[in-house]
Formats: sequence, structure tokens, C-alpha cells
Amino acid sequence: MGIPTGFDPGKAHIAAQWNVGTSMVCCRVEPKGRFVYCGVQGPTIHRIALADGKNVPLTGGHDSWVFALATTPNSGTLFSGGGDGRLVAWEVGGEAPRLLRKTEAHQGWIRALAASPDGRLVASGGNDRSVRIWETATGRRLHDLTGHEGQVYSLAFEPDGKTLLSGDLLGSLRRWDVATGREAGTFDAKALHHHDASQLVEFGGVRGLATSVDGSLIAAGGLHKASNPLGAVSEPLVLVFDSRNRKLVRTLTADGITSGVVWNLGFLADGSIVAASSGTSGGFLLFWKPGTDKSHHRLALPNPVRDLHIHPDGLRIATAHHDGYLRSIRLASGNG
Amino acid sequence: MECTYACRSSDHAIARRKFLAGMVGTAAGTMANGLGIFSRPAAAGMLAKDQKRVVVFYMHGGLSQLESWDPKPGTETGGPFRSIETSVPGIRISELLPEVARQMHHLCLVRGVNTSEDDHGKGQYLMQTGRRQSPAADYPALGAVCARTMSPEGSAIPGHIVLLPWGGGGRGSDAAYLGPRYSSVHLAEGKPPQYTDRPGQVSEAMDAARQDFRRQVNERFLRRRRTAVTEAYTYSYEQALGLMRKKDVFDVSKEPPRDFDRYGKTSFGRHCLMTRRLLEQGATFVQVWHANYDTHNENFNFHIEQLGEFDRAFAAFVADLHDRGMLDSTLIVVNSEFGRTPGINHLYGRDHWSHAWSVVLAGGKIQRGAAYGKTNARGTEVVDGQVSSAALFHTYLQAVGVDSTDSFDIEGREMPIADPAARAIQAVLA
Repeated sequence: MGIPTGFDPGKAHIAAQWNVGTSMVCCRVEPKGRFVYCGVQGPTIHRIALADGKNVPLTGGHDSWVFALATTPNSGTLFSGGGDGRLVAWEVGGEAPRLLRKTEAHQGWIRALAASPDGRLVASGGNDRSVRIWETATGRRLHDLTGHEGQVYSLAFEPDGKTLLSGDLLGSLRRWDVATGREAGTFDAKALHHHDASQLVEFGGVRGLATSVDGSLIAAGGLHKASNPLGAVSEPLVLVFDSRNRKLVRTLTADGITSGVVWNLGFLADGSIVAASSGTSGGFLLFWKPGTDKSHHRLALPNPVRDLHIHPDGLRIATAHHDGYLRSIRLASGNG
Repeated sequence: MECTYACRSSDHAIARRKFLAGMVGTAAGTMANGLGIFSRPAAAGMLAKDQKRVVVFYMHGGLSQLESWDPKPGTETGGPFRSIETSVPGIRISELLPEVARQMHHLCLVRGVNTSEDDHGKGQYLMQTGRRQSPAADYPALGAVCARTMSPEGSAIPGHIVLLPWGGGGRGSDAAYLGPRYSSVHLAEGKPPQYTDRPGQVSEAMDAARQDFRRQVNERFLRRRRTAVTEAYTYSYEQALGLMRKKDVFDVSKEPPRDFDRYGKTSFGRHCLMTRRLLEQGATFVQVWHANYDTHNENFNFHIEQLGEFDRAFAAFVADLHDRGMLDSTLIVVNSEFGRTPGINHLYGRDHWSHAWSVVLAGGKIQRGAAYGKTNARGTEVVDGQVSSAALFHTYLQAVGVDSTDSFDIEGREMPIADPAARAIQAVLA
């Protein structure tokens, strides 16, 4: 993907917003770029049309909140993962979304989903510390990837589709060979984990994972400097790894945000990284240029943000908010 | 290591100041306190034939009732967890407590607690004493009252034990007018009380000689000046010596290895096992703290973590007390300083909420397999069976046969054992 005309994160602004009606948890833009799927603090998934804001609810799939969403590259199938441990497949290629299949996939919450670049596989991870790989067409379970000692928080297929990344609460970031289901290396992301001996809690974790377009870099987001986990005192942090040698190459911070955590992140068209950070310091989109460790720009959002997903046009970012709004952030002047 | 709350309120500093120095330091505290003790031994005698015990699981920071005893799944306030069936048809609790659900037939949920106190320190005081904190008066904690009314005379095991997740050593100043003899002895990390090992350079014979000398001098002094303060001073030394002789009582490693697996290999699991051991060895009152539930941030993540520990250990403890025939003589309480808000904040957190929350009881004269009180659909208000901390305090005591409407005689002054304006919750007493 080249750099789109007018692309300038310095001009990031809210171009549109729609009230979904319930505090949001997650969002995913379908690859064709027409719809955003939203998981909320409830069992319903909302499909929002970016053209006109039309809201189509997807019901009957879950008995708990929906924490994770993934769409196949052809935008034909949506997968949702919930606090009920259920992996639900939805047929979304037509005008009216349709529930295809429910699978009791994990013990406890599903926290993360990722669809493979070829659309053949979907991976799920959750509180039972397992990662599972499923065949999208049939729902058949192909692999159980075991080894995480903490709850699995994030997943990402690497661009060639041959390997899968998974991150957990304890800052363990693992690479898996998709064909065999075997571990194929680890990355040291322990800086994203904090054991608080005073409050007696484990905190942090790999909250977001993303790979650069060419696959050379892997970014893992979360928090550090957690001096009061129960009171949300921590600072956002992104670790960037060299994909080949698995070494840490950059540590991205954001000055002045004393209460924030990176909930998700992504690589933009120019190779810079954007992260959604939220806490009592407020909600922000943070931007880091390639090669720099301090965020060069930030967009203050009107409400705490809980997820982001980059639109395939490279000019827009969908953000999910506590106030129930889905917001479309434009990285260029004008509202498109 | 001390616990820190999320909200950093100043009351926590006050609470921390209560964690005073060690045993000898307590004797000094006695001098300053100067209130009468030993004034009403009849109650202890009344229970000596059939000793009763009390265990309080204190969910430090404020357990969420919605993630535990009073779930509201599928509502705006319910959060992401589902409810599950229990061993009692019709009573459902959070899916975070699957092992406890299997023991529900031993438990009684009190779901209509309204304490109207959202401050950590004041809430803790209220739940421990059954009275509101006031500069005008100080009241003894439940543990002190139990030690005073239920402990066998001459027991070497302290009547009021608190197992903390950090720190330990020393004693609390939580006995008020009952005097420091009934203050809590603090233990932590599965360790026995501090200073229960005779110093290496002091032989057994040397130690016996110096204790004899101390007693002689003390007795001579007491012939001329015998006061409650001197009695407490003497008691502190004799209790310390008794503790040294009974040190094995605190050695949880003597419990069967399989029980460590059943209770979970966590600090809390070990403390539950130690509590079982202490009760079997004659302890009267044990409070076990489990931290930390002050989840203003990421309430659901932290409740998964904390209740995972609690579920396994607590369920094993209840089952064991039943299997060993101890449940009829042991009251179990699960409480906090308050509950947590039905509303979910922008941090996925829940804040302090004392207006509609839950306490759990079991054992003694408590009804088994029951749920008393009800909150509305969103969990914001009590709609039936509302109870106060004072009523709970009466109930705790009556469940182990103590007449909570009676009074202590403190140097001729009658001090009601529990708030005379409240009464026990008769509906939960069998």
C-alpha cells in the first residue's frame, strides 16, 4: 500500500461519529472498507455503515460481552469472540448479516482473534491461556497452541501467513508455526508486565500487536511504570521488535501521559505507528514516526478510547469509545 | 510490604498506624490505654464446654458483589460474567466461583447489605465493630469480642488472630476498652508469630531462670499494686511464652501435601490451610485477609485473578470444616469494607458502593443453603431484607451462642457488646 494522497497524521481529526448506544469494547473495519463492526458491553455486535452510519445489530451469538472481532480478507465472514468463550461465525457478505456457527472455543473469555491473510484460518486466544487455530470454512479446530502461562491478550498473523504471534498478560510474546502448531520463537516483552507486590496483582500485558506491511517489524503495545495498577496509574508503552532476529529495536513512549495504557495499535502507510491510549489522563491517538522513540504527535479524543482499527484506505482510523460512540478519525484535511 | 489501595485515601494511613510494634511493644501500649479488662469471665465459662470459633474472610479493598454473590448478567450493570447454578436450586452466583457454587448448600448469602459508608477506613471499622467510627468512642473489633467472650481461659493460642497477605508481626490496636489482651496478633506469609524462637545465645535453662526471676519480681510488685494494666503486662509475657511452646500450631508445613494442592499454592491458599489448622488446635477467632479488591481500574481482570485464588481455597476450607464436623461450631463470614458500584467506569472499573452489597455467612446457627435479601434488577438498591453492619454484628455473635444484647462490665461501666439500637437478623439464624 502506498502513501495515500493527503496523508498527514498531523492533521488527524474526528471526521464523523456515530452513537452505538452502549459503551464500546472493540471495533474492526472490514477489508472492503464499507462497514465497521463494533463489540460493546453487551452481547450484541453492531455493524455501522461508514457511508451513512446505519446500524445493523447482530444478535443471538453471545451471552456475554464481545471482546474480539476478525473479518476474512474478502469481507465475507466475521468472527466474534466473547466473554462466554464462544467463537461465533457470521456470514456478512450479503446485505443482511446471518449467524453461521457457534463454537464453544475456550474456557472463559476469548480476548483476541485474528484472521489469516489468505482467509483460510482464524486464531483465537483467551483467559484459558491457550491459542487455537480454526478452519474458517468449517469451524474445525486445527491446532491447540499451548505454552502461555498468562491469559492471552493479543494475536496477529504475520504478513506471509506462515506464522502467528500471540501476547499474554505476563509479557510473553510468542511466534507459532501455523502449519505445525509448534512454537517458533519468543520475544522479550516483559517490560509490558508488572507484578505489584503491594497490591498483589498482575497487571499490564501485551494489549495490542501489529506487524509492519513488509513484515520486518513487530509492535507490541501496553503499559509500563505501573505505580498503582488498581488506580490506573501507568504510562503507555510500545515495544518494536525486529521480526527476523526477534530483538527489541525501539521503545516508544509518550511524555506527559501519567495514566494510560495502549489498548491497540497499528502501522500506518508511511511506516509510522499509531496507538490508542486511554486512562485518567484521557483518550489519545499517539503517533510515532519511523525511527523515533517519542511520540511526535497526539490527537486528544473527547472520550476514553478502547480500541482502534486502521481503515484499508490508510486515511481513516476507526476508534471505539466508552461513551458508546464509534469515531472515524481522518488523517488528512477535510472530512473526505 | 504494606498494601496500597487504588484511591490513596488518607484513611489508609490511619489504618496502617494500627499495625503497631511487637508483643513487648503491646505491653507498653497497655499502659497508655489504661482501661479495665478481665471483668466478665462468665461468658467464656458459658462456652468452654463446647468451644465455638469464628473465621472472617476479609476481602480487602471491597469485593464486587456483582462479580461474586449477587450477579446481574445481561444487564447494563452486570459486567461480562455469567451466573452459574449452585448446589442449591434457585441460587445462582458468579461464574468466577465454580468451586464455591458446589458448597452453596453450606452457605447463606446476605444480599441486602446497606452500610452507607464508602470510605475504606471507616467502612472497615464499621464492618469490624458493627459501629460507626467516631472521635467520641472506640469499639472493639469482632475478633476482640470473640476472644473476650469465647476463648478458653488460659489458652496459649491467641484468641484473636489476623492473617495478612503482607507485613505481619506485631498486634493491632483493635480491642478498644476490652484492652490489648484481646488485640489481634498479626501473622503473614504463613509464618508463625514474630520472636517465637528463643535467641540462640540463650539456653533453655537460662531462659527459664530469667523468666522465674521476672515472675518473682512481678509478683512482689503485684502484691502492692495490682491493676488491669499490670495484669495485661503479665499476660503479654505469659502469652508470648505460651506461643513459643505452641509454635508448631502455626507450622502449616505439617499439613498433608495434597491439601496444598487442593487449597491452591498461593499465599491465600496457605493461609486458609493455616486457619483450618489453627481452628483444630483451638483458636477462637481468625481473620484471613485476601487482597486486593479495590478495583477502580480493570475490575473484571482483577476479579478473575483474585477470585480464582479465593474460589479454590475457600471452597476447600468450607468442605473440610463440614467433613471434620466443625461447621456447626464454627461461624464463617466473608465480608469487605463495602461492595462496588453497579456502574462501570471508563477504566472498566467499579468504584466504592456501600448501598447494596453482599456478605456471606456459614456455620454455627446460620441457615444453610439460603439467600436473604434482594437488590433490584440493576443492583443499585436493596429492595428486600435490608440489613446494616450492626445487625450483622449481632448475627455473627448469636450464631456462635453469644448473647449480643448483653454488656461488658468495664470497671463498673456497662458497655453493650453490640449496638443496642440493632438486632440480629433472625431470618438467617436457624
